[in-house]
Amino acid sequence: MSTEKIKDARRMVHWPGHMETDYIYTLGIAGEKFFTEMKNSGRIFAAKCKRCGFIYLPPRIYCERCFEKLTEWINVGTKGEVFTYTVAYVDVDSSKLKEPTIYAYIKFDGAHGGLIHKLGEVKHEDVQIGMPVEAVFKPLAERKANINDIKYFKPV
Amino acid sequence: MSEKIKHFPGEELSGRDIREGKIPCIKHRPNVKYLWSAGIAMSRFVEGMKEGKIIGSKCVKCKRIMVPPRAFCEECFRPVDEYAPVKDTGTINTYSVSYVAGDASRIKEPILVAVIDIDGASKGMGILHLLGEISDWKQIKFGMKVKAVWKPSEEREGSITDIKYFKPFEEV
Amino acid sequence: MVGKKRVAVIGAGMTKFRRNLKETGKELSYEASKMALDQAGLELSDIKSVVMGTAPDAFDGVHMKGEYLADGAGAWEKPYSRVFVGGGTGVFAVDAGWWHVASGKFDTCLVVGEEKMSSCYPHPAYAFTTIFDQIYSRPLGVTLIWIFALEMHRYMHVHGITKEEIALVSVKNKRNALDHPCAQLGANITVEDVLNSEVLCWPVQRLDISPTSDGAAALVLASEDVAKKLTDDPVWIDGVGWCIDSTYWTNRDLYYPQYVQCAAQMAYKMAGIKNPPKEIDVAEVYDPFDYKELHHMEGLMLARKGQAAKLTAEGVTQRDGDLPINPSGGLLGVGNPIAAAGTMKCCEIFWQLRGEAGKRQVKGDPRTGLAQAWGDLMQYGSVVVMRS
Repeated sequence: MSTEKIKDARRMVHWPGHMETDYIYTLGIAGEKFFTEMKNSGRIFAAKCKRCGFIYLPPRIYCERCFEKLTEWINVGTKGEVFTYTVAYVDVDSSKLKEPTIYAYIKFDGAHGGLIHKLGEVKHEDVQIGMPVEAVFKPLAERKANINDIKYFKPV
Repeated sequence: MSEKIKHFPGEELSGRDIREGKIPCIKHRPNVKYLWSAGIAMSRFVEGMKEGKIIGSKCVKCKRIMVPPRAFCEECFRPVDEYAPVKDTGTINTYSVSYVAGDASRIKEPILVAVIDIDGASKGMGILHLLGEISDWKQIKFGMKVKAVWKPSEEREGSITDIKYFKPFEEV
Repeated sequence: MVGKKRVAVIGAGMTKFRRNLKETGKELSYEASKMALDQAGLELSDIKSVVMGTAPDAFDGVHMKGEYLADGAGAWEKPYSRVFVGGGTGVFAVDAGWWHVASGKFDTCLVVGEEKMSSCYPHPAYAFTTIFDQIYSRPLGVTLIWIFALEMHRYMHVHGITKEEIALVSVKNKRNALDHPCAQLGANITVEDVLNSEVLCWPVQRLDISPTSDGAAALVLASEDVAKKLTDDPVWIDGVGWCIDSTYWTNRDLYYPQYVQCAAQMAYKMAGIKNPPKEIDVAEVYDPFDYKELHHMEGLMLARKGQAAKLTAEGVTQRDGDLPINPSGGLLGVGNPIAAAGTMKCCEIFWQLRGEAGKRQVKGDPRTGLAQAWGDLMQYGSVVVMRS
């Protein structure tokens, strides 16, 4: 036998530790433009590939299908529809949430892809796939150029 | 870079601007903690630490006495045959004088670190540890004999740090 | 011939290397990949497989960053894999790209190396503390720089090499980097500057070390039949090698990189190289620290044990010397975005063998070049030998 069954609990030694690092991520070229527009003017932009017609949301600086540089930005508005959704009862650390949170994948007209965000002002029993929703932005002063500048999407 | 290329991608940012929040960025601190099992061989080792002993493991096939101990001989690829204490003395194989902490910040009083080849183990079987009771680091020499300085037994907790450091010692 | 197909490099690209770049890792990967494709005269649709080399997830701060970076490396709906052998990754990715094509399975392979170390605070070194054994080493407060200092000191002790001799490497590489348009730390410095720089972990001082960096680099590999259709100037990958030594790093003598020798022997045998210093015209040797260039030259058998410092002092390793080492400026000069830095070295050999290196071009007409990287917990070697 090459393995040893440990009968004496004192021989089960463990060592606790953690990885103490902070991260500061740049938004990148596409991300900075996307979130700056969202913050300053409450607009949601996608990027269009002139070569294959694909419209990326979130936007990128390149087409992943043909590697064309993307230079055409398209305002897709603030309204989309629920493509799929889930109701979360547990938090990221598996602890129980006081109130369930609804997360949805929201598709926008005129773009391939969409945004993952929360749904608000709606009971989860009432959510339906295909339901039209609209972004609710935080007040301008509270926006920080990140995805939470949108508070949630609400039914139209 | 080829001389045929005239465009060099990459938009440089100032680190200070990033830290001061002048550039939109996302901040995140991962909140994960770990509990590592010491495993078979290392559990023996840390038990030994509590008793004031350095435990090695022996492979009868290649006759190596290995420190740190392992559950299997990586050369013969078979389980080790025996765990047994080696000496708590050794020889400085190499050393360094560190003015840097783990986060790359600077420290005033340098940490003296060494790889110490442990007596009673096979040749070249060293461990990483600290050196102490040395007033001037220039006194440290390659090949110098050193001995473990243990914490009092009641303070030992089954850790590599149950040895406070190794100090120079004269063989009798 | 080893492999079913002979493998050529037909294009290379890279971004600037800098302490902080705005681009995300994906965007950096795209810029380098796109440049390599443009140089090769290929479209993304011509690429049949992709290998991504990128080092610890903890630098970029993105777990599974192989997956995260995939679209930037042009891997959409393609056979894709991420390889990772620590600092050895950037050259090993090219080794891996080689077997994709040499096996006959794919006609082309895009190899990308990426790192974005600037995300990690307070310093990328902090993320490195978790690479050490959690029971054995970490409670002592071990940092990455300790182990290099211990290795450097052992190397100096065994061969009687001085700090002055080692500092010449830093002086040479930072000067070489002045001619590299993407370099982060090109500079004219002196041996005295190195010796007077801050002592971090004796014998390692500030100017003995390469910086932390963001950046990406990429190569396009193709089978012989594809390469010959596209270019009159292919550069052949004639040797690949990789090897790992004991993971118990305190159980082996740090004075000599045996793992590099094993990797080099594998590559030399494949390339039919019998006398490396005579047959290799130019080499990009892994130099995250100045002493490592010397250490690795010996492991690569480009210098006899303990003799690399002498060759350096005699000017042999200068760009106009008989055996130019790190004409790019290396990690010390161009920068060290870990995996991207190794791939950059392969790019440099490609450009040198094509005669496209401009101001960095080594003298003569180099026909055989070598790139090498070093990694994992300082016991991994990866080597590529190329011929024009």
